Amino acid sequence: MDNLLRFRDDAAHEEPAVTLDAFVDGQSNATAVRIEPGDDARALIPMLDRLALVEVGFPSFRDGRGYSSARILREAGYTGELRAAGDVLVDQMPFMRRCGFDAFAPDAPIDADVLARSLDRYDHVYQRAADDAVPVWKLRHG
Amino acid sequence: MYKYDQYDQAIVDARVGEFRDQVKRRLAGEITEDQFKPLRLMNGLYLQLHAYMLRVAIPYGTLDSRQMRMLGHIARTYDRGYGHFTTRQNIQYNWIKLDETPDILAELATVEMHAIQTSGNCIRNISSDQFAGAAADEVADPRPWAELIRQWSTFHPEFSYLPRKFKFAVIASDEDRAAMRLHDIGIQLVNRDGILGAKVFVGGGMGRTPMIGPEIKDFVTADDLMSYLEACLRVYNRYGRRDNMYKARIKILIHELGADEYRRQVEEEFAQVKLLGIDPPAAELARITAMFADPGFDPAASDDIDRSDPEFAIWVDQNVKAHKQTGYAIVNISLKPVGGIPGDASADQIDVMADLAQRHSLDELRVTHAQNIVLPHVRKADLYTVWSALTDAGLASANLDLISDIIACPGLDYCSLANARSIPVAQKIATRFASPERQRDLGELKLKISGCINACGHHHAGHIGILGVDKKGVENYQLLLGGSGAEDVSLGKITGPGFSEDGIVDAIERVTDKYVAVREEGERFLDTYRRVGMESFKEAIYG
Repeated sequence: MDNLLRFRDDAAHEEPAVTLDAFVDGQSNATAVRIEPGDDARALIPMLDRLALVEVGFPSFRDGRGYSSARILREAGYTGELRAAGDVLVDQMPFMRRCGFDAFAPDAPIDADVLARSLDRYDHVYQRAADDAVPVWKLRHG
Repeated sequence: MYKYDQYDQAIVDARVGEFRDQVKRRLAGEITEDQFKPLRLMNGLYLQLHAYMLRVAIPYGTLDSRQMRMLGHIARTYDRGYGHFTTRQNIQYNWIKLDETPDILAELATVEMHAIQTSGNCIRNISSDQFAGAAADEVADPRPWAELIRQWSTFHPEFSYLPRKFKFAVIASDEDRAAMRLHDIGIQLVNRDGILGAKVFVGGGMGRTPMIGPEIKDFVTADDLMSYLEACLRVYNRYGRRDNMYKARIKILIHELGADEYRRQVEEEFAQVKLLGIDPPAAELARITAMFADPGFDPAASDDIDRSDPEFAIWVDQNVKAHKQTGYAIVNISLKPVGGIPGDASADQIDVMADLAQRHSLDELRVTHAQNIVLPHVRKADLYTVWSALTDAGLASANLDLISDIIACPGLDYCSLANARSIPVAQKIATRFASPERQRDLGELKLKISGCINACGHHHAGHIGILGVDKKGVENYQLLLGGSGAEDVSLGKITGPGFSEDGIVDAIERVTDKYVAVREEGERFLDTYRRVGMESFKEAIYG
């Protein structure tokens, strides 16, 4: 976790994450879970209040299933840490932030200046997502 | 036409800065080519056989003279003096330098243009009916809905790394001029009890596994449209295949799940998504629609056309279509001169078309999926002037929808995916059928050529389709008959063994000879084919 980047004020969750299957079968007292691209994030919805960390795996930066997983969890009211882990690139982080990720554990270190520029780049967005950015149609019509 | 406000402009300007930064990091070696590839692709920048290719978005194929002139300027300044209009109503430039692309994007941004999402595994440019706003048969102008979808899909944070590319088309007439049902999502606007809504077809496409999209939803109002589309995409993002890029399009998912099960899952997702407040208010569609109000037509415009020049009269009959407004007509400019490259226009020709649009078409142009240009609002009284100027510029080919109005992909002359050349085959066919009288006698005949099974040249949808393949290192051309991208949509069938480059031209001539021999009064080639069937044509082709 040398490369861990967080956009939260609380302390990083240290407990190791268990797999989705292990978590949902009811045998685990874990408070952290890791979901992979093929996992259905909706399975976590009934037990979100037990969770402090959801780690979403990105084995390849091309696989975009984790973006939907993140949004589904945020839409269901999850407020704990949501961490994108794996092949996560700096140019993807603005979209990931918009989908509700608030922590990143990228395989390769991220240049802080590039990330700052990237996150600051757009003042406006066209659509509502899982962040608090106000879409331009809202700005246009109040 | 849509005009940017400060928000649209700020977003496009920020994109230029972002891409400049990405190119700089790539040139400095801070990111690998593998990592840079999806970034450049989402800006329409491909690496082809000889150079970079930049594809510039022309949303729903509509542009004004100022934008058209900019396209000419880019062709002249950054390319070799040409632009290539595409089957997605965009334009692409084949000889681009990577380090100049940020400057090109900056120039485009000054005229409210960009290259956002013209490539990559994301929602691509939204295409539409090239006669929108001018056609007499539309229930409404489809472009405000297309613009609404354009904004929703631009930099969509959840759907920018989809299993595969995703293409929308929006139409509003029963006559389908946009191959709507051969798109990942096709939308037809319909009127139900005085309310406008969208009929949604999902899972059409060409490529190596062509499919006609089934109807998934019979009616969605504008109030629910974004939520509904979000649900459609979310189900695809969840289950679309990622193990095999050739099976990753949504058409495969829907084929495997079945339309009913896909529909059920979309409805289930929609029930959740609808609660999120992601649909823009009615005022937003109203704002956009106001910008597509009829331009200032002259109600006193004369409905007469002086047909005394016979060459002009032929062009009018072939390339000019009826307009909804008395005294006006829709002019189709063919980019298919015999022996030319389908869809290509020189910078000078682009300027001529821009000038004509400004002077004679209420400042509007359209790009068609058949790789031609439209001047949508021309006074009938101005047609002769327009035709004369087009003739001087080499743009007056009177062959719209005839056998030489060929759709062709760039093929092996440019494309790194191609197995065979497309352009020389198109040129040979057009040359064989060069006689205008013969072409007109053959009538409507849509011929489409792809240089590989990815089907960018729409060969599945051609009345006559040609597919170039590589057969043990030699280019070989398969022949298909009976496809259509129109409202009578169908997929062409392969006739049998393929042909050499010259052999395919002969084979097509045997097909057209057969048609001429057996056609009934008023029958198009496609109608005759459907009536007599493949066997009869096979016999004529293979003897």
